[in-house]
Amino acid sequence: MSSPIMSASNDILRVEHLTMRFGGLVAVHDLSFAARHGEITALIGPNGAGKTTVFNCITGFYKPTEGRIALQSGASSAWQRLEALTASPAQSDIADDGALFLLERMADHDVAKHARVARTFQNIRLFRGMTVLENLLVAQHKTLMQASGFSIFGILGLPVFRKAQAEAIDRAVHWLETINLVDRADDPAGDLPYGDQRRLEIARAMCSGPVLLCLDEPAAGLNPRESAELSELLLTIRDQHDTSVLLIEHDMSVVMQISDHVVVLDYGEKISDGTSEYVKNDPNVIAAYLGVEQDEVETAASEVGL
Amino acid sequence: MSVGADTGDKILPGAETKRGVDVKRGLRNALITGLVTFGILLPLIGFQTTVNIRNELILDTRPWLLAVMVALVIAFSLITSFVIAPWAQHRAARKSESTSLKAAARRAAFAKYVVPFALGFAFLFPVFSIQFAGWQGAVKWIDNFGIQILIYIMLGWGLNIVVGLAGLLDLGYVAFYAVGAYSYALLSQTFGFSFWLLLPLAGILAAFWGILLGFPVLRLRGDYLAIVTLAFGEIIRLVLINWVDVTGGYAGISSIPRPTFFGIPFTANEDGFAAIFGLEFSPLYRTIFLYYVILCLALLTLFVTMRLRRLPIGRAWEALREDEIACRALGINTTSTKLSAFAIGAMFAGFAGSFFAARQGFISPESFTFVESAMIVAIVVLGGMGSALGVAIAAIFMIGGTEYLRELDLLKAVFGSEFDPTQYRMLLFGGAMVLIMIWKPRGLISTREPTAFLHERKMIAAKFVKEGRG
Repeated sequence: MSSPIMSASNDILRVEHLTMRFGGLVAVHDLSFAARHGEITALIGPNGAGKTTVFNCITGFYKPTEGRIALQSGASSAWQRLEALTASPAQSDIADDGALFLLERMADHDVAKHARVARTFQNIRLFRGMTVLENLLVAQHKTLMQASGFSIFGILGLPVFRKAQAEAIDRAVHWLETINLVDRADDPAGDLPYGDQRRLEIARAMCSGPVLLCLDEPAAGLNPRESAELSELLLTIRDQHDTSVLLIEHDMSVVMQISDHVVVLDYGEKISDGTSEYVKNDPNVIAAYLGVEQDEVETAASEVGL
Repeated sequence: MSVGADTGDKILPGAETKRGVDVKRGLRNALITGLVTFGILLPLIGFQTTVNIRNELILDTRPWLLAVMVALVIAFSLITSFVIAPWAQHRAARKSESTSLKAAARRAAFAKYVVPFALGFAFLFPVFSIQFAGWQGAVKWIDNFGIQILIYIMLGWGLNIVVGLAGLLDLGYVAFYAVGAYSYALLSQTFGFSFWLLLPLAGILAAFWGILLGFPVLRLRGDYLAIVTLAFGEIIRLVLINWVDVTGGYAGISSIPRPTFFGIPFTANEDGFAAIFGLEFSPLYRTIFLYYVILCLALLTLFVTMRLRRLPIGRAWEALREDEIACRALGINTTSTKLSAFAIGAMFAGFAGSFFAARQGFISPESFTFVESAMIVAIVVLGGMGSALGVAIAAIFMIGGTEYLRELDLLKAVFGSEFDPTQYRMLLFGGAMVLIMIWKPRGLISTREPTAFLHERKMIAAKFVKEGRG
């Protein structure tokens, strides 16, 4: 399976021969694709194509039946050690010149904590009874936990922890400014309007300092203006932070506008992979979205007026 | 927030019409309730076996008593449907979000004054007791009220970590209390270790058992977690009963060494506390000393809990209560976070347990029944899950209230000298619970105080805060 990857060494994530079965149901079948550093990669496909399953495999919520999911951060030369790491029983290979993680071997919280893959959910999962600011502080658990000396320095109220806490609040404020919610920092997250909750969930994921941000339908339920704001936000994340984005989305205006690279799934298999322009004109994709065989596309397309 | 003030206000016309609409349903409910009560009480109250003069067992019927009971229940059902429910509905409708937040702000301001006042009162309580009850009477007040209430406040604050913050319903909390008590009793009798050495040790042992319990139940949620923790509490109690060689079984452990004043025992001997300080011997000194020990322990619990709540670990507990999956997506290890909540909650129960053993000088499995667990959970739930002040108030009412029942000679005057009010304590308990659940379904203090703020500290309304499903 060869995908149009121009410079393979620039990959941040490689999904190889991923298969996920639930009993007799094959949700994802032999899927391979890559996401590159500093790019927005979109994963699209009709309902039930297996996109969220792929996400859950990447973020450690599911253990894939077969396949390898490798993530690299730091220098790209780390990819050369991939086969050695796969042969060893280890989960990760962290060296000065870049780290390599085998996500399918890691527990969900370790994927977030060590491999620094953050994610959002299709149905918003904010801590509704906590304030907006608290939500962003929980996301910085790892840093704050270390600074609090696993709570011992914190209980004693040592300055080292207070300093770390102030820094964490600064970081939270930075993200609140980015998503334009500084004024509502002290309100419960559950009290925000829907669109703000979506953006807050993204800000919360970003507060954990991820190298890869996985967004599961971030534009779902947003109006056109909010969708445009979301696109802006994602471009800011891509351009101003060292974070690559992997995106599941049904809103084609968002996908086509901001994606550098689009992977299309249908019935758990990849049917197309390339730039948004390439994918848009791929007959396979059109057929899948119209729900017809490939040789019937033209008839069907003319019927619906495409 | 007084109940009377609200009922006295004008009633909106809407509420009146609603009352009218509900008549049919209210009557039907009362009828069904009456039938169910009749069914349940028929064998329990309707029939009575007595022995007649020829020593034969005969079956008596008590139709009138049965009728009275059923009538009472029907009357209560009618009152609930036609008085309490419309009133609560009307109150809820009138109370908009902003006013409830304003009330919360008022309460926060109130809390600012009430806390120093309560602390001052707690520190001076022995002085007041001696002042008002004299040297002889003060022992009862300090011991039965002061110490007893403080033990439960401490247990409530400890359990609040597990139930209120982490949202894990633990119905076997008394097991850790028992571990602490037996640790102190056995280790001090066997090795002669002092109270101050065994206090932390008992806490550590209880925390260890907390982790031990935590591991198998981590994957359970909600009701299942509650059932397993309940079973754990019973297992500990049954072990204490049946492992006679070590624990003494039902007989328990007696003559447990009492705590000393930094090495000076509270005895009437020449090297006792009173003699050394040139005072006349009185058992009151020990009671006062114990009072201040438990006060300090309770304040330590409070201090640590409040601090932990503002630390990443405490925030992780609350986040866990709000959404466990989101926690995992943010790199929080839910296993160790839950275990830490169990362990720290259990540790404070261990402290309280060792204090309890030292204070009583005698312990037996009787003191660690499920009722105790239920009582502590009730304190936490009634107080408002997560609120330290609410838990303290609930403990004062529940424990102090039942103790005060003993003192009520007034009731004896009304119901006759045979009347023992403490016999009705469970009934009163249940009644109080029902009332609180109607009046304040999320506990006395239901708003959540944020752990960090940017502009101003706004209380969070209860409707946003999850109760936790384990």
